[in-house]
Amino acid sequence: MATSTKEIVINTEPFVVNIGPAHPSTHGVFRMRTTLDGEVIVDMEPVFGYLHRGLEKLAEERTYTQVIPLTDRLDYLASMSNNLAYCLAVEKLAGIAVPERAEYIRVIMAELQRVASHLIAVGAFLNDCGAFMTPILYMLRERERILDLFDMVCGQRLTYNYMRVGGVSQDVPDEFIPALKKFLKEMPGWIDEYERLLKENEILLARSKGVGILSRGLAINIGASGPVLRASGVPWDIRRADPYSVYDRFEFDIPVGLAGDCYDRYRVRVEEMRQSLRILRQAIKGLPRGQVRSEVPHLIRPPIGEAYGHLEGPRGELGFYLVSDGSIAPYRFHVRAPTFINLTALADMMRGWKIADAILIFGSIDICMGEVDR
Amino acid sequence: MKFERYGLGIAKGLSVTIRHLLRRPITTQYPEQRLNVSRRIRGNELIWNKDKCTGCGTCAKACHIGAIHISTSTNLVDNKYEVQKYEVDTGYCIFCGLCVEACPFEALFLSYDYECARYRRNDLFQDREKMVETSERKVSGYFYPGRAAKLPRQSLLVDNDRGKRNGR
Repeated sequence: MATSTKEIVINTEPFVVNIGPAHPSTHGVFRMRTTLDGEVIVDMEPVFGYLHRGLEKLAEERTYTQVIPLTDRLDYLASMSNNLAYCLAVEKLAGIAVPERAEYIRVIMAELQRVASHLIAVGAFLNDCGAFMTPILYMLRERERILDLFDMVCGQRLTYNYMRVGGVSQDVPDEFIPALKKFLKEMPGWIDEYERLLKENEILLARSKGVGILSRGLAINIGASGPVLRASGVPWDIRRADPYSVYDRFEFDIPVGLAGDCYDRYRVRVEEMRQSLRILRQAIKGLPRGQVRSEVPHLIRPPIGEAYGHLEGPRGELGFYLVSDGSIAPYRFHVRAPTFINLTALADMMRGWKIADAILIFGSIDICMGEVDR
Repeated sequence: MKFERYGLGIAKGLSVTIRHLLRRPITTQYPEQRLNVSRRIRGNELIWNKDKCTGCGTCAKACHIGAIHISTSTNLVDNKYEVQKYEVDTGYCIFCGLCVEACPFEALFLSYDYECARYRRNDLFQDREKMVETSERKVSGYFYPGRAAKLPRQSLLVDNDRGKRNGR
């Protein structure tokens, strides 16, 4: 064109910015090496390993019982689920039966843990959205009620060390069931309150709807699990697909999202809390009397072989792969950490979005660095 | 994104926060006010019953950190073991309670105390004199239901009626 106005050409070039490892939004020591074009994310490379403690190697020189405190320190927001998954793997390996009452107590603990973990997940996500501190403090208040119950049962608030191979360490005290019933009566009201607080908030909707879409196909292909997979429209829940413990006796729905965006992941977690409360009500009703621990020797020597025990943790499929050489310690101990595998979808979810959205997308997959790095 | 009535959701959410203004706080002012801890609390020390201990060393084997040191000698007169040394480095201890669970003679307990800040690292080291049950060093009910029943009832947040939703 022969016009007189000069065209302004701005040469942009990719610019690498590190988000983390010590950034409040990364929920732990996680680094996102983002390549930016202006404010738009061109590429993202996750860098982790800052919290590596060598747990898998440490476990190989401990007896099967002594590994249980180590599993507490994987996903420190869901220690009960970790304990349970490990015990399921050992029981599979050694062929140990679990008493009925212990199975029900395990379900109660795992579901309470799911509620507690989702409260943190949702609270932290809303915190990342810019609803600063108010929602997370409301949710921490309800989590405190659950932690009180855990404290009553096993004497700790974070690292429970409660499940044992062949049952649970000790029976629940007498005052546990009344307190749990009281909690179950209150909790739906609190969840309604969270919904009133932010479900229809226009700012939250504008920021999270349609952001960070993980397509159904990609979610399946990378092996995502948990709320991240279900928000993409795949009704996959190990409690239903491969029932462990006594989950085949309970009625519950699997909440599924439609779009696979950040908002759906948030919605799925809130709905899962309601479903967990439903399972808890049924579990209390069916709780039988009897032993809580079968006769298991101090030093378990499983036969030579391998086993994989998995369950639906709050963050996805948590699996323990154990190889036994017939001795008192596992020959190989491997953890299939759900958030580690969900993280592989992060780069695809982030590409094309702005930096402010990256924080949101990262928050929506609910990460726990203790589990990623182990 | 387009909204038909912008601001309604925000107003709805703010009604929740405003209602919180009318509630009483559920928190306690810790050093002055104290809640009762769990009867099964895994407190910050190990307590050892010298008379019941036979020196079998099951606790030391159950510990996966190796924080318990025990050495025994044979008493040929009474034909039994005598405990020469019983020490715990609570700086290494993670209070998993596996040692208490493993003890076959009910000689090892966790303490009911939970404030474990010390000025020197050496103070975390417990030798046999520091492991005796006294009036200050109370025993927790972890793994001992009989002892748990005697301890005060744990104060629970679900029993706390302050901070309740209005009208419920």
